[in-house]
Amino acid sequence: MESALEHELIVREGDNIVSPLGLDTAATLRAVVAGESALRRYEGLWDLPEPFVASLLDFGAIDRALSARYGAERLAGYSEFERLSILSAACALDEAGIDPSSERVLFFLSTTKGNVALLETDNRYREEVLPDWSARRIASFFRNPNPAVVVSNACTSGLCAQIAAMRALWSGRCDRAVVIGADRQSRFIVSGFQSFKALSPEACRPFDRNRTGLNLGEAAATVIYARRRREEVTPQMWIACRGAIRNDANHISGPSRTGEGCYRALQAVLQGVDPGELAVVNVHGTATLYNDEMESIALDRAGLTGVPVNALKGYFGHTMGAAGVLESVLTMHALDEGLVLGTRGYAECGVSHPQSLTSRHVPTTRRAFVKMLSGFGGCNAALLFKRGGEIC
Amino acid sequence: MLTIRRWVRITPTGAVIDGRPVHLEPTEDPLLVALYRQRVGSYPKFFKMDPLCRAGFIASELLIGEEPSRFTPRGDRAVVLFTHSGSFASDSHYERTICDRAEYYPSPAVFVYTLANILTGEIAIRNRYFGETSCYLLDRRETSVLAATTREAFLDEETHSVLCGWVDSPDPDCFEAVLFLVEESDEGPEWIDDNICKVMNDK
Repeated sequence: MESALEHELIVREGDNIVSPLGLDTAATLRAVVAGESALRRYEGLWDLPEPFVASLLDFGAIDRALSARYGAERLAGYSEFERLSILSAACALDEAGIDPSSERVLFFLSTTKGNVALLETDNRYREEVLPDWSARRIASFFRNPNPAVVVSNACTSGLCAQIAAMRALWSGRCDRAVVIGADRQSRFIVSGFQSFKALSPEACRPFDRNRTGLNLGEAAATVIYARRRREEVTPQMWIACRGAIRNDANHISGPSRTGEGCYRALQAVLQGVDPGELAVVNVHGTATLYNDEMESIALDRAGLTGVPVNALKGYFGHTMGAAGVLESVLTMHALDEGLVLGTRGYAECGVSHPQSLTSRHVPTTRRAFVKMLSGFGGCNAALLFKRGGEIC
Repeated sequence: MLTIRRWVRITPTGAVIDGRPVHLEPTEDPLLVALYRQRVGSYPKFFKMDPLCRAGFIASELLIGEEPSRFTPRGDRAVVLFTHSGSFASDSHYERTICDRAEYYPSPAVFVYTLANILTGEIAIRNRYFGETSCYLLDRRETSVLAATTREAFLDEETHSVLCGWVDSPDPDCFEAVLFLVEESDEGPEWIDDNICKVMNDK
Protein backbone atom coordinates (compact mmCIF):
# COMPACT_ATOMS: atom_id res chain seq x y z
CA MET A 1 0.00 0.00 0.00
CA GLU A 2 1.53 3.30 -1.01
CA SER A 3 0.25 6.80 -1.48
CA ALA A 4 1.79 10.17 -2.33
CA LEU A 5 1.53 11.20 1.31
CA GLU A 6 3.88 8.46 2.40
CA HIS A 7 6.73 10.39 0.85
CA GLU A 8 6.01 13.33 3.11
CA LEU A 9 7.73 13.72 6.44
CA ILE A 10 6.18 13.68 9.90
CA VAL A 11 7.39 16.76 11.77
CA ARG A 12 7.04 17.78 15.40
CA GLU A 13 5.04 20.99 15.78
CA GLY A 14 4.88 21.21 19.54
CA ASP A 15 5.49 19.27 22.71
CA ASN A 16 5.22 19.35 26.45
CA ILE A 17 6.37 17.44 29.50
CA VAL A 18 4.63 17.68 32.87
CA SER A 19 6.85 15.87 35.35
CA PRO A 20 7.72 16.10 39.03
CA LEU A 21 10.88 17.88 37.85
CA GLY A 22 8.98 20.66 36.07
CA LEU A 23 5.63 21.63 34.60
CA ASP A 24 6.98 22.09 31.11
CA THR A 25 9.64 20.65 28.81
CA ALA A 26 12.20 23.39 29.48
CA ALA A 27 11.94 23.13 33.28
CA THR A 28 12.15 19.34 33.16
CA LEU A 29 15.19 19.47 30.89
CA ARG A 30 16.90 22.08 33.10
CA ALA A 31 16.45 19.87 36.15
CA VAL A 32 17.73 16.80 34.32
CA VAL A 33 20.76 18.69 32.99
CA ALA A 34 21.42 19.84 36.57
CA GLY A 35 21.42 16.17 37.59
CA GLU A 36 18.29 16.34 39.75
CA SER A 37 16.05 13.37 40.35
CA ALA A 38 12.43 13.28 41.51
CA LEU A 39 12.80 9.81 43.00
CA ARG A 40 11.85 9.74 46.70
CA ARG A 41 11.25 7.03 49.25
CA TYR A 42 7.62 6.65 50.38
CA GLU A 43 6.65 4.80 53.51
CA GLY A 44 3.03 4.02 54.32
CA LEU A 45 1.74 5.95 51.30
CA TRP A 46 -1.61 4.58 50.02
CA ASP A 47 -1.51 2.28 53.03
CA LEU A 48 0.91 -0.04 51.24
CA PRO A 49 2.61 -2.48 53.60
CA GLU A 50 6.05 -2.07 51.99
CA PRO A 51 7.89 1.21 51.36
CA PHE A 52 8.78 2.11 47.78
CA VAL A 53 10.80 4.64 45.80
CA ALA A 54 8.92 6.59 43.16
CA SER A 55 8.69 9.90 41.31
CA LEU A 56 5.31 11.45 42.15
CA LEU A 57 3.64 14.66 41.04
CA ASP A 58 2.56 17.54 43.26
CA PHE A 59 -1.04 17.71 42.14
CA GLY A 60 -1.59 21.11 43.73
CA ALA A 61 0.84 22.64 41.24
CA ILE A 62 -0.96 21.00 38.34
CA ASP A 63 -4.35 22.26 39.45
CA ARG A 64 -2.99 25.77 40.01
CA ALA A 65 -1.60 25.79 36.47
CA LEU A 66 -4.91 24.53 35.10
CA SER A 67 -6.98 27.02 37.11
CA ALA A 68 -4.83 29.90 35.95
CA ARG A 69 -5.48 28.81 32.41
CA TYR A 70 -9.15 27.78 32.42
CA GLY A 71 -10.65 28.70 35.82
CA ALA A 72 -11.43 25.99 38.35
CA GLU A 73 -15.01 25.39 37.14
CA ARG A 74 -14.09 24.07 33.73
CA LEU A 75 -12.04 21.28 35.27
CA ALA A 76 -14.75 20.12 37.66
CA GLY A 77 -15.63 16.47 37.13
CA TYR A 78 -12.34 15.53 35.45
CA SER A 79 -10.20 12.96 37.23
CA GLU A 80 -6.60 13.70 38.21
CA PHE A 81 -5.39 11.55 35.33
CA GLU A 82 -7.55 13.51 32.89
CA ARG A 83 -6.52 16.90 34.32
CA LEU A 84 -2.87 15.95 34.04
CA SER A 85 -3.36 14.93 30.41
CA ILE A 86 -5.31 18.11 29.64
CA LEU A 87 -2.58 20.36 31.06
CA SER A 88 0.11 18.64 29.03
CA ALA A 89 -1.92 18.72 25.80
CA ALA A 90 -2.89 22.38 26.33
CA CYS A 91 0.75 23.47 26.64
CA ALA A 92 1.77 21.51 23.53
CA LEU A 93 -1.19 22.93 21.58
CA ASP A 94 -0.07 26.45 22.55
CA GLU A 95 3.35 25.81 21.08
CA ALA A 96 1.99 24.21 17.92
CA GLY A 97 -0.54 27.01 17.54
CA ILE A 98 -3.16 24.74 15.99
CA ASP A 99 -6.91 24.59 16.44
CA PRO A 100 -7.71 21.31 18.27
CA SER A 101 -11.41 21.62 17.39
CA SER A 102 -10.63 21.01 13.72
CA GLU A 103 -11.99 17.78 12.27
CA ARG A 104 -8.55 17.33 10.66
CA VAL A 105 -6.96 16.82 14.10
CA LEU A 106 -6.86 13.41 15.78
CA PHE A 107 -6.10 12.70 19.44
CA PHE A 108 -4.14 9.61 20.54
CA LEU A 109 -3.86 8.72 24.22
CA SER A 110 -1.10 6.45 25.48
CA THR A 111 -1.78 5.10 28.93
CA THR A 112 -1.44 1.80 30.70
CA LYS A 113 -3.88 2.24 33.58
CA GLY A 114 -5.69 5.59 33.14
CA ASN A 115 -8.34 5.99 35.85
CA VAL A 116 -7.74 2.61 37.50
CA ALA A 117 -7.41 4.26 40.95
CA LEU A 118 -11.18 4.95 40.81
CA LEU A 119 -11.71 1.22 41.48
CA GLU A 120 -10.50 1.79 45.05
CA THR A 121 -13.74 3.54 45.96
CA ASP A 122 -16.07 1.54 43.69
CA ASN A 123 -14.94 -1.67 42.03
CA ARG A 124 -17.90 -1.99 39.67
CA TYR A 125 -17.99 -1.70 35.89
CA ARG A 126 -18.71 1.80 34.64
CA GLU A 127 -17.59 3.90 31.71
CA GLU A 128 -15.40 6.32 33.67
CA VAL A 129 -12.95 3.63 34.74
CA LEU A 130 -12.18 2.75 31.09
CA PRO A 131 -9.28 4.60 29.41
CA ASP A 132 -11.41 5.04 26.31
CA TRP A 133 -13.75 7.23 28.36
CA SER A 134 -10.84 9.43 29.47
CA ALA A 135 -9.61 9.77 25.89
CA ARG A 136 -13.01 10.95 24.70
CA ARG A 137 -13.30 13.38 27.63
CA ILE A 138 -9.87 14.84 26.96
CA ALA A 139 -10.50 15.25 23.23
CA SER A 140 -13.90 16.82 23.84
CA PHE A 141 -12.39 19.21 26.41
CA PHE A 142 -10.55 20.65 23.40
CA ARG A 143 -13.79 20.42 21.38
CA ASN A 144 -12.25 17.90 19.02
CA PRO A 145 -15.05 16.19 17.07
CA ASN A 146 -13.25 12.90 16.29
CA PRO A 147 -13.17 9.60 18.19
CA ALA A 148 -9.99 9.57 20.26
CA VAL A 149 -8.02 6.33 20.30
CA VAL A 150 -6.28 4.80 23.29
CA VAL A 151 -3.14 2.87 22.51
CA SER A 152 -2.84 0.14 25.12
CA ASN A 153 0.42 -1.68 24.46
CA ALA A 154 1.70 -1.76 28.03
CA CYS A 155 5.01 0.04 28.54
CA THR A 156 5.57 0.47 24.79
CA SER A 157 2.34 2.48 24.39
CA GLY A 158 4.08 5.86 24.14
CA LEU A 159 6.02 4.80 21.06
CA CYS A 160 3.13 2.81 19.61
CA ALA A 161 0.86 5.86 19.89
CA GLN A 162 3.39 7.95 17.98
CA ILE A 163 3.62 5.24 15.33
CA ALA A 164 -0.18 5.10 15.07
CA ALA A 165 -0.24 8.89 14.69
CA MET A 166 2.42 8.81 11.96
CA ARG A 167 0.40 6.25 10.02
CA ALA A 168 -2.83 8.26 10.35
CA LEU A 169 -0.96 11.28 8.97
CA TRP A 170 0.56 9.28 6.11
CA SER A 171 -2.78 7.80 5.17
CA GLY A 172 -4.33 11.28 5.09
CA ARG A 173 -6.82 10.49 7.86
CA CYS A 174 -5.76 13.69 9.62
CA ASP A 175 -3.47 16.68 9.11
CA ARG A 176 -2.37 16.96 12.74
CA ALA A 177 -2.03 14.34 15.45
CA VAL A 178 -1.93 15.11 19.17
CA VAL A 179 -0.23 12.26 21.04
CA ILE A 180 -0.64 12.38 24.80
CA GLY A 181 1.12 9.91 27.09
CA ALA A 182 0.15 9.88 30.75
CA ASP A 183 -0.10 7.70 33.84
CA ARG A 184 -0.83 8.27 37.51
CA GLN A 185 0.60 6.00 40.16
CA SER A 186 -1.61 4.31 42.72
CA ARG A 187 -1.91 1.50 45.23
CA PHE A 188 -3.06 -0.69 42.34
CA ILE A 189 0.05 -0.24 40.21
CA VAL A 190 2.67 -0.14 42.97
CA SER A 191 1.33 -3.30 44.66
CA GLY A 192 1.32 -5.07 41.29
CA PHE A 193 4.95 -4.27 40.56
CA GLN A 194 5.83 -5.19 44.15
CA SER A 195 4.12 -8.55 43.63
CA PHE A 196 6.42 -9.06 40.64
CA LYS A 197 9.41 -8.16 42.86
CA ALA A 198 10.31 -5.65 40.15
CA LEU A 199 10.78 -2.55 42.33
CA SER A 200 14.14 -1.26 43.51
CA PRO A 201 14.37 -0.24 47.18
CA GLU A 202 16.61 2.68 46.12
CA ALA A 203 16.93 5.01 43.14
CA CYS A 204 17.23 2.79 40.07
CA ARG A 205 20.56 2.07 38.33
CA PRO A 206 19.92 1.35 34.64
CA PHE A 207 22.40 -1.10 33.06
CA ASP A 208 24.52 -1.05 36.24
CA ARG A 209 25.91 -4.21 37.79
CA ASN A 210 24.25 -3.36 41.11
CA ARG A 211 20.82 -2.66 39.66
CA THR A 212 17.98 -4.18 41.64
CA GLY A 213 14.85 -3.11 39.82
CA LEU A 214 12.76 -0.21 38.62
CA ASN A 215 11.09 2.82 40.20
CA LEU A 216 7.63 3.90 39.13
CA GLY A 217 6.92 7.45 38.11
CA GLU A 218 4.02 9.65 37.12
CA ALA A 219 4.08 12.23 34.35
CA ALA A 220 2.35 13.36 31.21
CA ALA A 221 3.92 14.32 27.92
CA THR A 222 2.49 15.41 24.60
CA VAL A 223 3.91 15.64 21.11
CA ILE A 224 2.06 17.09 18.14
CA TYR A 225 2.88 15.93 14.63
CA ALA A 226 2.03 17.24 11.18
CA ARG A 227 2.86 16.13 7.64
CA ARG A 228 5.26 18.22 5.57
CA ARG A 229 6.64 18.01 2.06
CA ARG A 230 10.39 17.45 2.02
CA GLU A 231 11.14 20.93 0.68
CA GLU A 232 9.20 22.51 3.56
CA VAL A 233 11.40 20.93 6.21
CA THR A 234 13.96 23.20 7.86
CA PRO A 235 17.17 22.00 9.56
CA GLN A 236 15.67 22.78 12.99
CA MET A 237 12.63 20.54 12.61
CA TRP A 238 12.46 17.15 14.29
CA ILE A 239 11.21 14.35 12.06
CA ALA A 240 9.68 11.10 13.28
CA CYS A 241 11.12 8.98 10.48
CA ARG A 242 10.20 5.37 10.97
CA GLY A 243 8.76 3.22 13.73
CA ALA A 244 8.27 -0.48 14.26
CA ILE A 245 6.49 -2.70 16.77
CA ARG A 246 7.57 -6.34 17.11
CA ASN A 247 6.69 -9.20 19.44
CA ASP A 248 9.04 -11.64 21.18
CA ALA A 249 6.50 -14.47 20.77
CA ASN A 250 8.06 -15.79 23.95
CA HIS A 251 6.39 -14.95 27.27
CA ILE A 252 3.65 -12.61 28.50
CA SER A 253 5.65 -11.17 31.39
CA GLY A 254 9.32 -11.94 30.73
CA PRO A 255 11.56 -10.49 28.04
CA SER A 256 13.07 -12.75 25.39
CA ARG A 257 16.52 -14.15 26.20
CA THR A 258 17.62 -13.34 22.67
CA GLY A 259 16.02 -9.90 22.60
CA GLU A 260 14.14 -11.11 19.55
CA GLY A 261 11.31 -8.57 19.26
CA CYS A 262 13.50 -5.69 20.35
CA TYR A 263 16.18 -6.66 17.81
CA ARG A 264 13.61 -7.00 15.04
CA ALA A 265 12.11 -3.57 15.86
CA LEU A 266 15.59 -2.01 15.77
CA GLN A 267 16.44 -3.76 12.52
CA ALA A 268 13.25 -2.44 10.92
CA VAL A 269 13.88 1.21 11.83
CA LEU A 270 17.61 1.16 11.09
CA GLN A 271 17.35 0.12 7.42
CA GLY A 272 19.82 2.27 5.51
CA VAL A 273 21.00 4.09 8.63
CA ASP A 274 24.70 4.37 9.41
CA PRO A 275 24.97 3.83 13.19
CA GLY A 276 27.62 6.58 13.14
CA GLU A 277 24.83 9.07 12.44
CA LEU A 278 23.14 8.28 15.75
CA ALA A 279 23.78 10.65 18.63
CA VAL A 280 22.27 8.17 21.05
CA VAL A 281 20.05 5.15 21.46
CA ASN A 282 17.66 6.04 24.25
CA VAL A 283 16.83 2.62 25.66
CA HIS A 284 13.97 1.58 27.91
CA GLY A 285 16.52 0.92 30.68
CA THR A 286 14.10 0.15 33.48
CA ALA A 287 16.96 -1.18 35.61
CA THR A 288 15.36 -4.57 36.11
CA LEU A 289 17.89 -7.38 35.66
CA TYR A 290 16.07 -8.90 32.71
CA ASN A 291 15.06 -5.82 30.76
CA ASP A 292 18.48 -4.22 30.61
CA GLU A 293 20.20 -7.51 29.82
CA MET A 294 17.73 -8.18 27.02
CA GLU A 295 18.27 -4.70 25.58
CA SER A 296 22.05 -5.13 25.62
CA ILE A 297 21.66 -8.32 23.57
CA ALA A 298 19.30 -6.65 21.10
CA LEU A 299 21.62 -3.63 20.68
CA ASP A 300 24.53 -5.95 20.03
CA ARG A 301 22.58 -8.02 17.48
CA ALA A 302 21.48 -4.82 15.74
CA GLY A 303 25.11 -3.72 15.34
CA LEU A 304 24.70 -0.74 17.65
CA THR A 305 27.45 -1.55 20.14
CA GLY A 306 29.65 1.52 20.26
CA VAL A 307 26.81 3.97 19.70
CA PRO A 308 26.18 6.09 22.83
CA VAL A 309 23.32 4.66 24.89
CA ASN A 310 21.36 6.34 27.65
CA ALA A 311 18.46 5.55 29.97
CA LEU A 312 16.47 8.28 31.72
CA LYS A 313 14.57 6.37 34.41
CA GLY A 314 16.96 7.60 37.15
CA TYR A 315 15.50 11.12 36.83
CA PHE A 316 11.76 10.43 36.93
CA GLY A 317 11.29 6.67 37.14
CA HIS A 318 9.32 4.51 34.76
CA THR A 319 6.41 6.72 33.75
CA MET A 320 4.64 3.86 31.93
CA GLY A 321 2.20 5.23 29.34
CA ALA A 322 4.03 8.57 29.38
CA ALA A 323 7.52 7.09 28.96
CA GLY A 324 7.63 6.79 25.18
CA VAL A 325 6.48 10.35 24.62
CA LEU A 326 8.37 11.91 27.53
CA GLU A 327 11.70 10.27 26.75
CA SER A 328 11.41 10.98 23.00
CA VAL A 329 10.63 14.66 23.62
CA LEU A 330 13.32 15.08 26.26
CA THR A 331 15.92 13.51 23.98
CA MET A 332 14.99 15.88 21.13
CA HIS A 333 15.39 18.90 23.41
CA ALA A 334 18.65 17.64 24.89
CA LEU A 335 20.08 17.13 21.39
CA ASP A 336 18.92 20.67 20.51
CA GLU A 337 21.24 21.74 23.35
CA GLY A 338 23.98 19.53 21.91
CA LEU A 339 23.80 17.03 24.76
CA VAL A 340 23.47 13.30 25.16
CA LEU A 341 21.97 13.08 28.65
CA GLY A 342 23.81 10.96 31.18
CA THR A 343 22.34 7.80 32.66
CA ARG A 344 21.70 8.80 36.27
CA GLY A 345 22.46 5.87 38.59
CA TYR A 346 24.85 4.12 36.22
CA ALA A 347 28.38 3.42 37.42
CA GLU A 348 29.64 0.04 36.21
CA CYS A 349 28.56 -2.21 33.36
CA GLY A 350 26.12 -4.90 34.45
CA VAL A 351 25.00 -6.45 31.18
CA SER A 352 26.52 -9.25 29.10
CA HIS A 353 26.97 -7.07 26.01
CA PRO A 354 28.64 -3.87 27.28
CA GLN A 355 27.28 -0.64 25.84
CA SER A 356 28.61 2.88 25.72
CA LEU A 357 26.95 4.41 28.81
CA THR A 358 28.01 7.10 31.22
CA SER A 359 26.37 8.96 34.08
CA ARG A 360 27.68 12.26 32.68
CA HIS A 361 26.09 14.36 29.96
CA VAL A 362 28.21 14.24 26.82
CA PRO A 363 28.34 16.87 24.06
CA THR A 364 27.32 15.81 20.57
CA THR A 365 26.78 17.35 17.16
CA ARG A 366 24.83 14.41 15.76
CA ARG A 367 21.19 14.91 14.88
CA ALA A 368 19.53 11.50 14.94
CA PHE A 369 18.49 9.07 17.64
CA VAL A 370 16.54 5.91 18.25
CA LYS A 371 14.06 5.48 21.10
CA MET A 372 13.35 1.94 22.33
CA LEU A 373 10.74 0.47 24.64
CA SER A 374 9.70 -3.02 25.70
CA GLY A 375 6.81 -4.24 27.77
CA PHE A 376 4.57 -7.00 29.07
CA GLY A 377 2.80 -9.00 26.41
CA GLY A 378 6.17 -9.45 24.66
CA CYS A 379 5.86 -6.16 22.81
CA ASN A 380 8.81 -4.05 21.74
CA ALA A 381 8.93 -0.78 19.83
CA ALA A 382 11.57 1.41 18.25
CA LEU A 383 11.33 4.79 16.58
CA LEU A 384 13.97 6.67 14.59
CA PHE A 385 14.06 10.47 14.88
CA LYS A 386 16.17 12.91 12.91
CA ARG A 387 16.51 16.67 12.94
CA GLY A 388 16.30 18.23 9.48
CA GLY A 389 14.83 16.40 6.54
CA GLU A 390 17.60 15.44 4.17
CA ILE A 391 18.59 12.17 5.74
CA CYS A 392 15.26 10.57 6.62
CA MET B 1 -7.26 -4.82 -2.49
CA LEU B 2 -7.44 -5.70 1.21
CA THR B 3 -9.99 -8.40 1.80
CA ILE B 4 -11.45 -10.44 4.62
CA ARG B 5 -10.02 -13.93 4.01
CA ARG B 6 -11.87 -15.50 6.91
CA TRP B 7 -13.80 -14.34 9.96
CA VAL B 8 -14.99 -15.69 13.28
CA ARG B 9 -17.59 -14.38 15.68
CA ILE B 10 -18.14 -15.72 19.19
CA THR B 11 -20.79 -14.54 21.64
CA PRO B 12 -22.23 -16.41 24.66
CA THR B 13 -24.85 -17.93 22.32
CA GLY B 14 -22.37 -19.62 19.99
CA ALA B 15 -19.54 -19.40 17.50
CA VAL B 16 -19.75 -18.72 13.78
CA ILE B 17 -16.98 -19.13 11.17
CA ASP B 18 -17.52 -17.37 7.84
CA GLY B 19 -21.26 -17.38 8.52
CA ARG B 20 -21.44 -21.09 9.40
CA PRO B 21 -22.31 -22.00 13.02
CA VAL B 22 -19.73 -24.15 14.84
CA HIS B 23 -21.28 -27.43 15.97
CA LEU B 24 -20.45 -28.58 19.52
CA GLU B 25 -21.26 -31.83 21.29
CA PRO B 26 -23.59 -31.30 24.26
CA THR B 27 -21.60 -30.46 27.42
CA GLU B 28 -21.89 -28.79 30.79
CA ASP B 29 -18.83 -26.67 30.01
CA PRO B 30 -19.20 -22.94 29.48
CA LEU B 31 -18.98 -22.08 25.75
CA LEU B 32 -15.31 -20.98 25.64
CA VAL B 33 -14.18 -24.04 27.62
CA ALA B 34 -16.30 -26.29 25.39
CA LEU B 35 -14.75 -24.74 22.29
CA TYR B 36 -11.31 -25.20 23.81
CA ARG B 37 -11.90 -28.87 24.64
CA GLN B 38 -13.63 -29.79 21.41
CA ARG B 39 -11.85 -27.59 18.87
CA VAL B 40 -8.43 -26.67 20.33
CA GLY B 41 -7.01 -28.79 23.17
CA SER B 42 -3.46 -29.45 24.42
CA TYR B 43 -2.69 -25.83 25.31
CA PRO B 44 -3.23 -25.73 29.10
CA LYS B 45 -2.11 -22.08 29.26
CA PHE B 46 -5.69 -21.40 28.17
CA PHE B 47 -6.87 -22.09 31.71
CA LYS B 48 -4.52 -19.43 33.12
CA MET B 49 -5.93 -16.74 30.84
CA ASP B 50 -8.33 -14.05 31.97
CA PRO B 51 -11.78 -13.67 30.36
CA LEU B 52 -10.60 -11.21 27.68
CA CYS B 53 -7.71 -13.44 26.59
CA ARG B 54 -9.85 -16.59 26.62
CA ALA B 55 -12.35 -15.01 24.25
CA GLY B 56 -9.68 -13.63 21.91
CA PHE B 57 -7.55 -16.76 22.05
CA ILE B 58 -10.41 -19.15 21.20
CA ALA B 59 -11.55 -16.88 18.37
CA SER B 60 -8.00 -16.82 16.98
CA GLU B 61 -7.83 -20.61 17.13
CA LEU B 62 -11.04 -20.94 15.14
CA LEU B 63 -9.77 -18.33 12.69
CA ILE B 64 -6.37 -19.83 11.85
CA GLY B 65 -6.37 -23.29 13.46
CA GLU B 66 -6.52 -25.05 10.11
CA GLU B 67 -3.90 -22.96 8.37
CA PRO B 68 -1.15 -25.05 6.76
CA SER B 69 2.27 -24.87 8.51
CA ARG B 70 0.72 -22.65 11.11
CA PHE B 71 3.39 -22.85 13.83
CA THR B 72 6.29 -21.92 11.56
CA PRO B 73 7.72 -18.70 13.03
CA ARG B 74 6.80 -15.68 10.93
CA GLY B 75 7.20 -11.93 11.06
CA ASP B 76 4.83 -10.91 8.31
CA ARG B 77 1.57 -11.21 10.24
CA ALA B 78 0.48 -8.50 12.67
CA VAL B 79 -2.06 -8.94 15.45
CA VAL B 80 -4.12 -5.77 15.84
CA LEU B 81 -6.99 -5.93 18.31
CA PHE B 82 -9.59 -3.48 19.55
CA THR B 83 -11.52 -3.57 22.79
CA HIS B 84 -13.66 -1.26 24.89
CA SER B 85 -13.64 -2.81 28.36
CA GLY B 86 -10.03 -3.89 27.89
CA SER B 87 -8.62 -5.49 31.01
CA PHE B 88 -11.52 -4.39 33.25
CA ALA B 89 -12.40 -7.92 34.35
CA SER B 90 -8.83 -8.47 35.54
CA ASP B 91 -8.53 -4.94 36.96
CA SER B 92 -11.57 -5.62 39.10
CA HIS B 93 -10.28 -9.06 40.10
CA TYR B 94 -6.87 -7.64 41.03
CA GLU B 95 -8.44 -4.78 42.99
CA ARG B 96 -10.26 -7.37 45.13
CA THR B 97 -6.88 -8.92 46.05
CA ILE B 98 -5.54 -5.64 47.47
CA CYS B 99 -8.56 -3.73 48.78
CA ASP B 100 -8.74 -5.44 52.14
CA ARG B 101 -5.76 -4.53 54.34
CA ALA B 102 -6.12 -7.75 56.32
CA GLU B 103 -6.58 -9.96 53.24
CA TYR B 104 -3.86 -8.37 51.11
CA TYR B 105 -2.50 -10.86 48.59
CA PRO B 106 -1.48 -9.12 45.34
CA SER B 107 -0.85 -11.80 42.76
CA PRO B 108 1.52 -11.37 39.80
CA ALA B 109 -0.52 -13.96 37.87
CA VAL B 110 -3.58 -11.71 38.14
CA PHE B 111 -1.71 -8.41 37.78
CA VAL B 112 -0.15 -9.32 34.44
CA TYR B 113 -3.63 -9.58 32.91
CA THR B 114 -4.43 -6.00 33.92
CA LEU B 115 -2.86 -5.00 30.60
CA ALA B 116 -5.21 -5.37 27.64
CA ASN B 117 -2.39 -6.07 25.19
CA ILE B 118 -1.57 -9.39 26.88
CA LEU B 119 -4.32 -10.63 24.57
CA THR B 120 -2.23 -9.86 21.49
CA GLY B 121 0.84 -11.37 23.18
CA GLU B 122 -0.97 -14.65 23.91
CA ILE B 123 -1.85 -15.01 20.22
CA ALA B 124 1.69 -14.11 19.11
CA ILE B 125 3.22 -16.62 21.54
CA ARG B 126 0.87 -19.43 20.57
CA ASN B 127 1.47 -18.96 16.84
CA ARG B 128 5.15 -17.85 16.90
CA TYR B 129 4.39 -14.43 15.38
CA PHE B 130 7.33 -12.01 15.63
CA GLY B 131 5.50 -9.24 13.80
CA GLU B 132 3.64 -6.25 15.18
CA THR B 133 1.18 -6.67 18.03
CA SER B 134 -1.06 -3.70 18.80
CA CYS B 135 -4.01 -3.18 21.08
CA TYR B 136 -6.36 -0.20 20.98
CA LEU B 137 -9.23 0.82 23.24
CA LEU B 138 -12.20 2.12 21.35
CA ASP B 139 -15.97 2.58 21.43
CA ARG B 140 -17.60 -0.35 19.64
CA ARG B 141 -19.48 1.94 17.27
CA GLU B 142 -16.24 3.34 15.81
CA THR B 143 -15.81 0.63 13.21
CA SER B 144 -14.40 3.19 10.76
CA VAL B 145 -11.43 3.72 13.12
CA LEU B 146 -11.00 -0.04 13.46
CA ALA B 147 -11.04 -0.35 9.66
CA ALA B 148 -8.60 2.52 9.07
CA THR B 149 -6.16 1.53 11.81
CA THR B 150 -6.01 -2.02 10.46
CA ARG B 151 -5.46 -0.73 6.93
CA GLU B 152 -2.65 1.50 8.22
CA ALA B 153 -0.96 -1.49 9.89
CA PHE B 154 0.00 -2.52 6.34
CA LEU B 155 2.16 0.64 6.11
CA ASP B 156 4.77 -1.43 7.96
CA GLU B 157 6.75 -2.94 5.08
CA GLU B 158 7.08 -6.32 6.78
CA THR B 159 3.36 -6.71 7.44
CA HIS B 160 1.47 -8.61 4.73
CA SER B 161 -1.29 -10.19 6.79
CA VAL B 162 -3.24 -8.87 9.78
CA LEU B 163 -5.19 -10.86 12.34
CA CYS B 164 -7.50 -8.17 13.68
CA GLY B 165 -10.85 -7.43 15.18
CA TRP B 166 -12.94 -6.76 18.20
CA VAL B 167 -12.64 -8.53 21.55
CA ASP B 168 -14.50 -7.48 24.66
CA SER B 169 -15.24 -9.18 27.95
CA PRO B 170 -16.25 -6.91 30.82
CA ASP B 171 -16.93 -10.04 32.91
CA PRO B 172 -16.50 -13.80 32.38
CA ASP B 173 -20.11 -14.36 31.33
CA CYS B 174 -20.33 -11.49 28.92
CA PHE B 175 -17.98 -11.63 25.96
CA GLU B 176 -17.76 -10.95 22.27
CA ALA B 177 -14.94 -11.71 19.85
CA VAL B 178 -15.13 -10.88 16.16
CA LEU B 179 -11.84 -11.63 14.44
CA PHE B 180 -10.84 -11.20 10.83
CA LEU B 181 -7.90 -12.38 8.81
CA VAL B 182 -7.16 -9.49 6.43
CA GLU B 183 -4.78 -9.76 3.51
CA GLU B 184 -4.03 -8.27 0.11
CA SER B 185 -6.09 -10.53 -2.16
CA ASP B 186 -8.70 -10.66 -4.89
CA GLU B 187 -10.76 -13.16 -2.94
CA GLY B 188 -13.20 -12.41 -0.13
CA PRO B 189 -15.24 -9.37 0.86
CA GLU B 190 -13.35 -6.08 0.67
CA TRP B 191 -12.00 -4.67 3.96
CA ILE B 192 -14.43 -1.77 4.20
CA ASP B 193 -16.77 -0.42 6.89
CA ASP B 194 -19.93 -1.93 5.42
CA ASN B 195 -18.53 -5.45 5.30
CA ILE B 196 -17.02 -5.17 8.77
CA CYS B 197 -20.30 -3.90 10.23
CA LYS B 198 -22.19 -6.74 8.52
CA VAL B 199 -20.05 -9.29 10.32
CA MET B 200 -19.92 -7.47 13.65
CA ASN B 201 -23.65 -6.81 13.83
CA ASP B 202 -24.93 -10.04 12.28
CA LYS B 203 -27.51 -11.43 14.73
